[in-house]
Amino acid sequence: MPSLKDVKTKIQGVKKTSQITKAMNMVAASKLRGAQQKMENFRPYADQFNAAMTSLSGSMETSQFPLMESRAVQSVELVVVTSDRGLCGSFNSNILKTAEKTIKRLESEGNTVKLVCVGKKANRYFRKSGKVRKAFVDIMGNFQMYNAREIAQDVAANFLAGGSDQVQLIYGSFKSVGVQRPASRDFLPIRPVIDEAAASGTEGVDYIYEPSPTEIMDVLLPLYLNVMVYHSMLEVGASEHAARMNAMDNATKACSDIIKNLTLIYNKARQAGITAELMDIVGGAEALKG
Amino acid sequence: MAETIKLEVVTPNGAVLSEDVDIVTAPGYGGEFGVLANHAPFLSTIKIGVMTYKKGTQAEQVMISGGFCKVSDNQITFLVESAEFGHEIDVNRALLAKERAEKRLAAARQQQEKINQVRAEAALQRAMARLRAAGNGA
Repeated sequence: MPSLKDVKTKIQGVKKTSQITKAMNMVAASKLRGAQQKMENFRPYADQFNAAMTSLSGSMETSQFPLMESRAVQSVELVVVTSDRGLCGSFNSNILKTAEKTIKRLESEGNTVKLVCVGKKANRYFRKSGKVRKAFVDIMGNFQMYNAREIAQDVAANFLAGGSDQVQLIYGSFKSVGVQRPASRDFLPIRPVIDEAAASGTEGVDYIYEPSPTEIMDVLLPLYLNVMVYHSMLEVGASEHAARMNAMDNATKACSDIIKNLTLIYNKARQAGITAELMDIVGGAEALKG
Repeated sequence: MAETIKLEVVTPNGAVLSEDVDIVTAPGYGGEFGVLANHAPFLSTIKIGVMTYKKGTQAEQVMISGGFCKVSDNQITFLVESAEFGHEIDVNRALLAKERAEKRLAAARQQQEKINQVRAEAALQRAMARLRAAGNGA
């Protein structure tokens, strides 16, 4: 039987922990709102961008653009996007598991795999594997386009220099506040965006292009990469906060369960103590009478 | 009342501007171009610079950087990485940024670093465009 004092200290400790987890839950909730707002703001840009890409790339030969050229695949690069911070349930480890599986699969097919880690968690996990080509950390807190641009440019430069034949993006996609799933998408070479409406020829707008469509594509393709990286960073950001919110909510619930049990033990111990003392007093009084 | 064209400026941080205006002038790939109502469909890349639009007697200047613009259905849409209104620009900060960029450019030229040179040039252009949009002609 633990002593009364032990149980009391423990209850107080757990109470403090639950205060922290509750606070973290609320912080995550408000940050999630911010991240969702950012995603919302980014959507029109992405939509317009995709529309323009569709109207351009449908009509063009893809092989003339180095960024769209598909080569025989020998080395694959994975861009793994995770959060910088932990304490958000299984969110990061799910992404890392997916990455690990993809690496195994690619290697069993005879490819060499290199990694670009975005976010501290990915870097910590993979840093000893010797596969990391480059890491970008401490940028997940504030979502800036120039961070995304830096990553996209670096990856594209490596692709153009022949350092990789294919690049995939692995990140956590934000389905809803309750559901976040690891996801992967092809990054390079860029696949032409084909829209059914444009393919069937319903879009009859004849644009005047300045400069030529080909040259516009040369400018648009790198921007498109920026958009993709930025999008995945936003999704990871929102997912991270949503995952943390859930994890902290569970932790707070677990805390109150523990407190309930401990209080029960405490009260039992207290009662047992009182009973024992009473027995002593009664016993003493009986002895004096005698 | 003359006919108007709908102007939209969209950046990754959200729509900055959505307004019916009389004329839009922007720095395109082949130099400045102006767009009036009912312009033919048009697609051009945008250089770092100042976009001007007029609405009645009011003129507004916006600093825009890298992207492209699309004209169709009497609507002009700018998709740019950043856009700042002339009157919101911090002139002192832009001046400092310009000096910094000039120094970096000089240093990069000396060391023949291609990438740094390109970056410094872009930074310089942005700073100068900001100053121009703010009306402190540089």
